[in-house]
Amino acid sequence: MTAAKVSIRGLAAAFEGKQVLDDINLEVYAGEFLCIVGPSGCGKSTLLNVVGGFLPAEAGSVTIDGEPVRGPDPRRIFVFQESSVFPWLTVERNIGFGLTHLAPAEREARVHHYVKLVGLAGFEKAFPHELSGGMKQRCEVARALAVNPDILYMDEPFGALDFITRMVMRTELLRIWHQERKTVLFVTHDIDEAVQLADRVLVLSARPARIRNVFEIAIPHPRDVNAPEYLDVRTRIMDELGVAHRL
Amino acid sequence: MKRAEPVVWGSLGAAVALLAWQLGTAGSPVIPTPWRVLVGFGELYRKGLLASYIAASLTRVAAGYGAAALLGLPLGALLGSYPGARQYVDTSIQLLRPISPLAWMPLAVVWFGVGNAAPVFLIFVGAFFPILLWTADGVRNVPKPLVAAGRNFCQSPAAVVFRVLLPAAFPRILAGLRAALGIAWVVVVAAEMIAVDSGLGYLIIDSRNAGQRYDLVIAGMLLIGGIGILLDSGLARAGRLKSLSWGSGYDGIH
Repeated sequence: MTAAKVSIRGLAAAFEGKQVLDDINLEVYAGEFLCIVGPSGCGKSTLLNVVGGFLPAEAGSVTIDGEPVRGPDPRRIFVFQESSVFPWLTVERNIGFGLTHLAPAEREARVHHYVKLVGLAGFEKAFPHELSGGMKQRCEVARALAVNPDILYMDEPFGALDFITRMVMRTELLRIWHQERKTVLFVTHDIDEAVQLADRVLVLSARPARIRNVFEIAIPHPRDVNAPEYLDVRTRIMDELGVAHRL
Repeated sequence: MKRAEPVVWGSLGAAVALLAWQLGTAGSPVIPTPWRVLVGFGELYRKGLLASYIAASLTRVAAGYGAAALLGLPLGALLGSYPGARQYVDTSIQLLRPISPLAWMPLAVVWFGVGNAAPVFLIFVGAFFPILLWTADGVRNVPKPLVAAGRNFCQSPAAVVFRVLLPAAFPRILAGLRAALGIAWVVVVAAEMIAVDSGLGYLIIDSRNAGQRYDLVIAGMLLIGGIGILLDSGLARAGRLKSLSWGSGYDGIH
């Protein structure tokens, strides 16, 4: 947990002509689960998109394993809030999408493994429009994991799901993360989600976003959402964001 | 029984139309009755013209439509993937598009003379624009997350085009291909009335000119209608393949 996987130095970025990120400095460690929270529209997604290579940096640098990021890369997979499963492909062909370089037998084995891992067994031949929102999102996570990426970028991946499905998906993601130990950068607007999942929570300011604070969450999983230490760090993050906890 | 119902009603409607035709033309010296048209079909068949004229028309459509698809699909994909490219060609396309392909006839005859090339060119002109524009439209409207996921997983831009953009745009591309095929079939008939001496268009104009054979004129018209239906339903069937017809099912999460 000490090697810096992602190094962000003096990063600034603009989106649609507006300054969105300002002097972001951050190291993300290999195998770490980092959540990024901040006020609505502050630039959380932009940060993730720049690190992921989908948007250019205006100043500063992003390096991964010492190499500057030049664009999207199959070694680092982005999971979006809106479903990006390919609607013309079945579940198994979606999950196998990034595996065309493998021999058919190995591809099939890999697809089978991840179909089971995300609980989509029995739906291999189903098309996305035959699935629920949660199943589509699990298919997307499986497609991302199947290429065995170093890093997962997740941009409010469960934001569009209903409450119960969201809770189930968090549990699933933690289970998978414990098995696979990917580095995860996870943007969310939900403080509870961040405190439940993350090793560290990065709190951004309003636009242009700077890093306000970083909270270490040393509570072992599974986390008790009623435990004093959980509530304590949750309160401190809400304070940092200036959110009232009495309504 | 539900599935059979449209067939029943459709047959009933056709029977009524046929009856009206029979009653309306029973005493007419010019317009033939359905029976005389049927006899006309037999005559065309015996002379060996039926198959050869149909083949001539279909060959011209295949050539003109094929060329339009060969050029329109890649150019449309290009136009759709580079929004900047559109501003250079948009004005020209908008100006050319409303011109009936038949208005090109005098130029086509000057350029290609009398023969197969002129009608093939007219079919090409008619089919090219719908294929180009629907393809560009389809590629341009591929949902952003799909494009991003494609760029993320694919190793090359070509893979993004072939594995994501084209399949994602397929429902609209197919709509363009269907519209273009309909136009091509209309254009070939008109073009054959001018420039050539075979095909279904020629059959119609020749039957009138050489002896006022309106039974053969109507036989030609019915052939054109029937083959038009077959051509369209062939493409429509491609659109119903499950892996291609996802268009109606795509809703993302939202």
